[in-house]
This record gives sequence, structure tokens and C-alpha cells, in this order.
Amino acid sequence: MTSDFTRIDGRKWDELRPIFASVGVLNKADGSAMFRLGNTVAVAGVYGPRKVYPKHEEEAERAILRTKYNMAAFATSERGRPGTSRRSIEISMVTRNALMPIMFLDEFPRTAIDVHIEVLQADASTRCVGINAACLALADAGLPMKDFVASCSAGKVGDKVVLDIAGKEDTEGELDLPVAYYPKKKQITLLQMDGITTGKEAREIIALAAKGAEKIYEAQKAALRTKY
Amino acid sequence: MISIDPQLVKDMVASGKRIDNRKLDEYRDIKIEKGFVTSAEGSARVKLGNTEVLAGVKFGVGEPFADTPDEGVLMVGAEFVPLASPDFESGPPGEEAIETARVVDRAIRESKVIDFKQLCIKPKEKTWMVYVDIDILDNDGNLIDACSIAAISALLDAKLPELDEDFSIDTEKERTKKLPITGVPISTTIARIGNKLVVDPTLSEELALDSRLTVGTFDKNGEIMLSSMQKGGTGGLSLEEIDKMVSMAEHAGKKIRAAVLES
Amino acid sequence: MTDRKLVIPGDALGEGRAGHGAYEEDGKVFSCFIGLAEEKGGLHFVIPLSGIYNPKRGDGVIGKIEDVVFSKWIVDINSPYEAVLPLSEATDEFIDLTKTDLTKYFTYGDLIFTEISSVTKTKNVQLSMRDRKCRKLRSGRLITVTPAKVPRIIGKAGSMVEMIKDITKTQIVVGQNGLVWVKGDNEDLAIEAVTEIERKSHIQGLTDQIKAMLEKKMADKYGSQPQPQLQEE
Repeated sequence: MTSDFTRIDGRKWDELRPIFASVGVLNKADGSAMFRLGNTVAVAGVYGPRKVYPKHEEEAERAILRTKYNMAAFATSERGRPGTSRRSIEISMVTRNALMPIMFLDEFPRTAIDVHIEVLQADASTRCVGINAACLALADAGLPMKDFVASCSAGKVGDKVVLDIAGKEDTEGELDLPVAYYPKKKQITLLQMDGITTGKEAREIIALAAKGAEKIYEAQKAALRTKY
Repeated sequence: MISIDPQLVKDMVASGKRIDNRKLDEYRDIKIEKGFVTSAEGSARVKLGNTEVLAGVKFGVGEPFADTPDEGVLMVGAEFVPLASPDFESGPPGEEAIETARVVDRAIRESKVIDFKQLCIKPKEKTWMVYVDIDILDNDGNLIDACSIAAISALLDAKLPELDEDFSIDTEKERTKKLPITGVPISTTIARIGNKLVVDPTLSEELALDSRLTVGTFDKNGEIMLSSMQKGGTGGLSLEEIDKMVSMAEHAGKKIRAAVLES
Repeated sequence: MTDRKLVIPGDALGEGRAGHGAYEEDGKVFSCFIGLAEEKGGLHFVIPLSGIYNPKRGDGVIGKIEDVVFSKWIVDINSPYEAVLPLSEATDEFIDLTKTDLTKYFTYGDLIFTEISSVTKTKNVQLSMRDRKCRKLRSGRLITVTPAKVPRIIGKAGSMVEMIKDITKTQIVVGQNGLVWVKGDNEDLAIEAVTEIERKSHIQGLTDQIKAMLEKKMADKYGSQPQPQLQEE
């Protein structure tokens, strides 16, 4: 599977785009972070634990985790329509499922922990960048967590398996597979795929994405340590 | 309606048993009735155990998308209507209905078994719009798989209407043209309950699962290919578990595909 | 103050047992928070650097009266959980509820220093004013700090807060819930000290630093070295 070709942006097949992460970027939110992977940028803000509105959503024995993914209208080259879409609702859902395994919700019954992700610049792998920012924001808010989950994508472009799909590769590539990885337990907490492949190749692509996620995990930890 | 305690389900599965006596890798009985609804241009009613869904295909003529000016348009929607379950509320689709529709759509669209270029009427101006709408009638779990079977069955059942000179649909003329479909993409869902993998979860099993993986497979010249994947649930999956689930999906997909083709 | 290590969620703390702020997995202990890790006799715990106040029985907290209902007051204790002060815990007097207006005792907006008498599993919080230290806090100013920093503001055996009270000649009441009330002629200085402690809570030798800062500012303000035996309230 190894290849010596260079990609549209000059990267090697298993190379991530440059990472930049910063914690505590917002004033009002209880916790916040910005995460950047190449030209994809997302900010996450966390509020909570706080009282649940509407009240009927509250759970007596634990906190609820609510995640909202939103893409700014100016994030894509062609202006997007503001507000929720079926896509953003699905991404909000899989993002929440990606974060649940690391949360301690039993500590705060009858409260809500609200995670808001805003994609400011979209150059593919936006849900991955959102998840990376969300983890840092949750930690910044002082919420108890087991660990971080780290997220990135892998896929196929020009029939070659590559790590971290970037913009042009997304529109012209054949397969996109975003993943979120919980390194301590070696578990995948988000997995989606669109594109054609065999079972055998899918396994390789997932393994590649998990390896990329481990590097992202190190970057997340470094970002948190530098803030404090 | 009695729902079964999730802990009981977990305990049973841990010892390799299921409430309805199925094997861990066994699907419920599948019944497919094509052409169930005559108001639609294609339809299929599917029963997967006690889960029942009904898919209808309607055609329209519209504008193609800007980035695919010579291709037809496919739209898949799912309605979790309140009569199907005490937990479904009326109103616009919630996140589960949206996820279901998008996952079913993904497996079909990404497999490229439908030749959308053949659905172009006049490049950049007019194209066939293929609407697949799936109504859930009875929820006993695994709606994604049931909807997936219904969607592809309805598409295979569908016949395109004839067009007048002004590109409007002629409802009088008989419909004879089937859609250009060269394969049968099927989504199959495997649940992880504790450390066991269980295929086609019922509603009680869904409430007890830690995580699930839905894999879209289709056949291409005798080889099984994957076109989509979606992990669901709030738990995680190890790489080994994903490995096994993909194999289970490839295997289960074969049987379901055969059932769809037979119906 | 022993040397504490800064840890982040998921950091390994070693072998042993998990106390507050830590969790166990596969026989090892890990941190839940960004915070300072400490270990005592094989028990690892982590003091978070930020986060909300989680009500605990026995804590002395500052509360603000939010609502007055039939036989109790609803109190905001700077937490996602509301607290209730029942009439029976507020006063020993016999009250005829049909004749008495409860706002006579505590009314909307009043600040009280109170004690948490019980917290249920679902975090229903009950307060009591019975302890001697409990009282209404009249006038003065209220600031909010991160609850996790409160121990630093109080100091070992109260050394930090007593030092600030002493030098600035203010009354200071510190609630475990992150609310700090000050009253006196030098409220601003006291507040400045508290804010500085919150900012620099992880630094060693902070007490001396704050003491020096306050002594200088008091000297600047009053033009001479403040005498330790100046009148206390």
C-alpha cells in the first residue's frame, strides 16, 4: 500500500496537514478551544453543567450531553445557507456519539452539558476538526473526562489510499472515511464512510486513520498543557 | 406493550442467546412485497420480523444540480410516523429519521449501481428527480436495514413515466421503463451488546446495545464491495470488532440481496 | 504546600486508588481533570483548575435568595443546582405562616452565609442557618471566583484570608461555592488580592507575594505603614 507519489498539496500519502490548536479562546463559554487542520478551522464552546431547558429533556440520574455542529455560511467557497440542515443534524448526532465514551455524566444529574461547534473555514474533514476542538473545550470547562478522542479522516484519491482528506481531494476523490479514536482503549468512537472499496481495503484505511488520530491526540494534549 | 428490560437482553446475549431464539448472526424473517402501493411509480412493503416499513418511489422533472448538470437526482427521506411506535412524535424528522434516510441513501448512491446519467432529460435544464420516501409503520428495531431493503426494492420495482413534448409527465401513458440499476446495494447493521456481536437487532436489543455498525454492500461482478459505513451508539468499537462486523455484513448482505432479487 | 504536578485528563497518575478527580482503569489510576495532582498514602486525587461548584454536605456557601415560597426560600448557590432553605432551618422562632410574611426574615436578593445540611443523590440541596457562622450578609460587595481556587484563597488554616483581612481591615467571607463577600473601607484592595490569588493559584510562595502587594498598596493609600493594632470591626 505504500506509495511514493505526492498529493495535490505536496503531502505524502500518510501525512497530516499542519495542526494548530488553542485552548480558552472565548470569554463567555465555560470552556472553549480552536482547532485547525490545514485550512479547516473550527471553534468549540462548552456550557455546563447547567440547568436543562426544556425541562422535560432532563435526566434524573445523569447529565445529558447535547452537541450542535454548525457550519458558518462563509465557511465554504460558495456561500452556504445559514441554519441547520439534514447534514448538520447527522453530524451533530455522530459527534455526540463520538464524545460519549469519554464523559462522566453520572456526576451531574439533572443538568445539561452543551457543546457547540462552529466551523469557520471548511476544507474537508470538518466534523473531525470539530470533535478535536470539542474535547479541548470540554476539558477547559473543567468537566471530568476519561481522555480525549482524536479525529481525522483517511480515504482514496486517484485510486491511492491517503490520510487526512483535504478540500480538493474530497471533491475529486473516491472515498472519504472520517474516524474518531479513543487511544487509551484503542476504540473507534466515530466511523463513517462513503465511497467504494473492499472489506480488506476498508480495514487498511481505518487503521491508517487511527494512526493519524494518534498524532492528533498528541497535539491536543500539547495544546492543553501550554495553556496552563 | 411490554418492553424487555435491557439488562435481561444483555445477560442473555452474554450467554449467546437472544430473546427470539435467533443465532447471533441470524436475520429475522424478511418479507418483501413489491408494487404494494399503486399511487407510487414504484413501491415495496417490507417486514423484517415485526418491523414494517413501506417505501414509495415518485418521479418528478426538475433542474439538475449545478455540479452534475447531466445527471438525475436522488432524494431519500424517512418518516418516523407516530403510529409506528409510542415513542415517535409528530413533527419534522428528528435526528434518527434523518440519520436513517441519509445512511440508506449513502449505500445506494455511493455504490453507483444507478446510472444517473441515463436519467438526464436535457443537460443543464431538465432531469428526472427520483424521490424515495419511506414510512415506518411498525418499529421493532433495525429501521435502517428494513428501510434499505424497502428502498432498493421500490427502486427496482419502479417504472419511469412517459414525457410529453414539453417535458411534463404524461399520466395517461403506460409506464414501461425500469430504472437503470445494475446492482443491489443493501445496508446491514450489526450491534455490539457487551462483547458480543449481534446481527439485525430488535427494538429491545437496540435499547441494550453499546454501539452498532451499519455497512452498505453491493455485488460487482461476483465480488462483494462496500459503499458506506456508519457507526452508531454511544459506545466504542475496537478495530477487531469492526473487522468482524464488516465480514458479518458482507455475509448477511448476500442473503438479503437474494431475497430482494427473488421478490 | 507540597509539590503538585499539573495533569490533564487521561494522564497516568500511577498505581493505587482513585480519589476525587481521578479514575481507575485496568488497575491504573488516571486524571479526570486539568488540575493539580496529589497523592496521599496510595490515594491519587486531582484538584481541577476550573469547573462549577458541586454541592457537598457541610460546605459553608454564600447564597442569594431567589424566591420565597410558602414555608421555604429558594437560594441560588452559584451552581446548576438550586438550594432550599426550609423555615425550620432558618429560625428557632415559632412562626405562624398564616400571619407572617417570610420576607421579614430573608427577602429576594438577600445574601446569606449558610451551610449545606444535605445533598440527595439527585442533587437536591438543603441548607441550614443553624450553625453559629451562618448569617445574613448586609451591604458589602460580592465577587465570583472559580470554586476550585477557594482553598487557595482561604489558605492553610485560614492563613491567606486572615492575612488579607488583617492588612486591609475588611470583613471577608469565603463560600466554598466560589462566592466571596467583602466589606470595609478597602474593599477594592481585598478584591484585588483575591483576584490575584485566583490568577496565580498554582504559584509557590503566593501568600508572601500577596502580603507584600497589600502592604505596599495600603501604604500608598494611607501614606504610612499600617499599624497591625488598628481597630478591627
